[in-house]
Amino acid sequence: MTIVKQISGSMVSIPGNDIDTDRIIPARYLKEITFERMGDYLFADARYNPDGTLTDHPLNDPRYVSASIMVVGRNFGCGSSREHAPQSIKRYGIRALIGESFAEIFAGNCMSLGMPAVSVTPDVRQELEGLLSDHPTIEAMIDLDDMVVRVGTRDYPITLPAARRHAFLNGTWNFSALLSANSDLVKATAARLPYMNAFRGPNA
Amino acid sequence: MSKNTLYDKVWDAHRVVTLPSGQDQILIGLHLIHEVTTPQAFSALKEAGKSVPFTHRTFATMDHIIPTQSIERPYFDSQAEAMASALEANVAQYGIHYFGPDSGHQGIVHVVGPEMGITQPGMTIACGDSHTSTHGAFGSLAFGIGTTEVQHVLETQSLALSRLKVRRINFNGVLPQGVYAKDIILKIIQVLGVKGGIGYAYEFGGEVFDRMSMEERMTVCNMSIEGGARIGYVNPDQTTYDYIKGRQYAPGDAEWATALAYWESIKSSADAEYDDVVDFDASGMTPMVTWGITPGQSIGVDGTIPRESEVPDAEVQTARDAVKYMKLTPGQPIEGVGVDVVFIGSCTNSRISDLREAAAILNGKKVHPKVKVLVVPGSQQVKDQAEAEGLNTVFSEAGAEWRNPGCSMCLAMNPDQLVGDQICASTSNRNFMGRQGSPTGRTLLMSPAMAAAAAITGYVTDVRKWI
Repeated sequence: MTIVKQISGSMVSIPGNDIDTDRIIPARYLKEITFERMGDYLFADARYNPDGTLTDHPLNDPRYVSASIMVVGRNFGCGSSREHAPQSIKRYGIRALIGESFAEIFAGNCMSLGMPAVSVTPDVRQELEGLLSDHPTIEAMIDLDDMVVRVGTRDYPITLPAARRHAFLNGTWNFSALLSANSDLVKATAARLPYMNAFRGPNA
Repeated sequence: MSKNTLYDKVWDAHRVVTLPSGQDQILIGLHLIHEVTTPQAFSALKEAGKSVPFTHRTFATMDHIIPTQSIERPYFDSQAEAMASALEANVAQYGIHYFGPDSGHQGIVHVVGPEMGITQPGMTIACGDSHTSTHGAFGSLAFGIGTTEVQHVLETQSLALSRLKVRRINFNGVLPQGVYAKDIILKIIQVLGVKGGIGYAYEFGGEVFDRMSMEERMTVCNMSIEGGARIGYVNPDQTTYDYIKGRQYAPGDAEWATALAYWESIKSSADAEYDDVVDFDASGMTPMVTWGITPGQSIGVDGTIPRESEVPDAEVQTARDAVKYMKLTPGQPIEGVGVDVVFIGSCTNSRISDLREAAAILNGKKVHPKVKVLVVPGSQQVKDQAEAEGLNTVFSEAGAEWRNPGCSMCLAMNPDQLVGDQICASTSNRNFMGRQGSPTGRTLLMSPAMAAAAAITGYVTDVRKWI
């Protein structure tokens, strides 16, 4: 399992708040039984006009094509539990998000993919947006050890729930092995809960 | 930190161990699955050569992609057919209970679990769908998960979770005529905000909830997630037990006393402590309608689209985006806004009581000629019951389309989709941009009675005039 400690790269900023998962990836693109092509569908309705031409969405701006960090607003990823949303972001080429705040299920899904979603204050978001419009390819470095995002000589403080930070820094962000190792304890817990057996099955 | 709440008791009873990250490994007592968020999880499971140790605690149905008109196989949409086939192959391979279209029990996963008696108090319930919070109506901790977590539950029957804070939401007083459970949850989200619930489980209570039916409680808990709360629940009571008794997967007579003892033991204690308490008064309530692109952007039906000066600074940007997308004008009354489509259905409002409410308004009336009306029951059982009561005839004679069960136009993964910038009066849960299948389609969320009134007049109408 990979330790996630520092992520460097250029940034792209997505304007607006309350960007929901239907906007990140509309439901009609969820009809595939693998995640392989999800990167192609990221922000599909916001990036394309009905006639197929490109909108002025930041992801269509050639200055930001090599971005690997996405700067977002408040309550990003609200709505459905679809992992397709962070999958589409990751498969597009993004490795971390910096935002004012994230919806709960979305943030958990990001962790499952090893992609940190760290929070900054509204002022810092605004400052990063300003920096980006003046210097579109400016590099940023997210440091989960020092809990800052470093841009040039400036350090901006970031936050991340302690458990997530621990999982990234220890490389345990995919919990599969950890949970499997406790299978006997899971069985013991199940045995203590009356409904796990006694109430099951159709009644005569 | 909360103490002695149902949340704390159920959490503690399901805690397997505390993990090095500080999170708890929590046993998942019930895993519900559907076709959209599981194929990748099963593929990963197969690749890893893993099994499903608790198959008897896993139940599947098909709801998101299923068409509601012709349900002949293969489905016309080859992607839907591939998705359906994948689910069928997976449940067959692992021996998982499956309520498929031929079972007589197929339907929206959050309608099927409760009506089969599978959903019970004191459980932990996970499903790859954010509206899993619905099952909290029974006094369970029920929440949506991503596909990686679906895989974790399949292979370990557990998840790594961080404990939430608990906010008690009291709703006291008497609900006025024409105001329903849907209006209550829209009001709660309007006041507490779409991100107000992040980090919280919501415990709903008070006189209004005490009097509610289970179906009404489900409507409220369903939309907890729209307020940012991954979990919403109501403490179980006699209404809960009466609902469960006799259902197919409910405890039988021999086990009933044991079950009841467990269910009573996990209720929030009289001395329970909460991280936050919020009080609402039902008496001044009006029917609610959303005007924007988040479920928090709602007003009473007698209200006007807010001007920027009436919106808190932090909400101005989203309000601006909303009126532009919705093609509405600040200051304009919501009543009278024309609708093209009416959708009565979804895991929020597709149960028998919802259909009865809509039918009571439509009975003997005609749908406005320019409006297309879809009525989509939540499950095959709901459909059968509605037909036994003749509700399908009421809908058909009014000029509405009576369809087969599924998620349908709530998220439009099947052929039921808005076209262009049509406006839909919808009983579903999300008014996000593009949600109902057209990138420019517009959604107004409201109760089934309000949606039925709009179907008749062709515009947003105060249903209180009709009852």
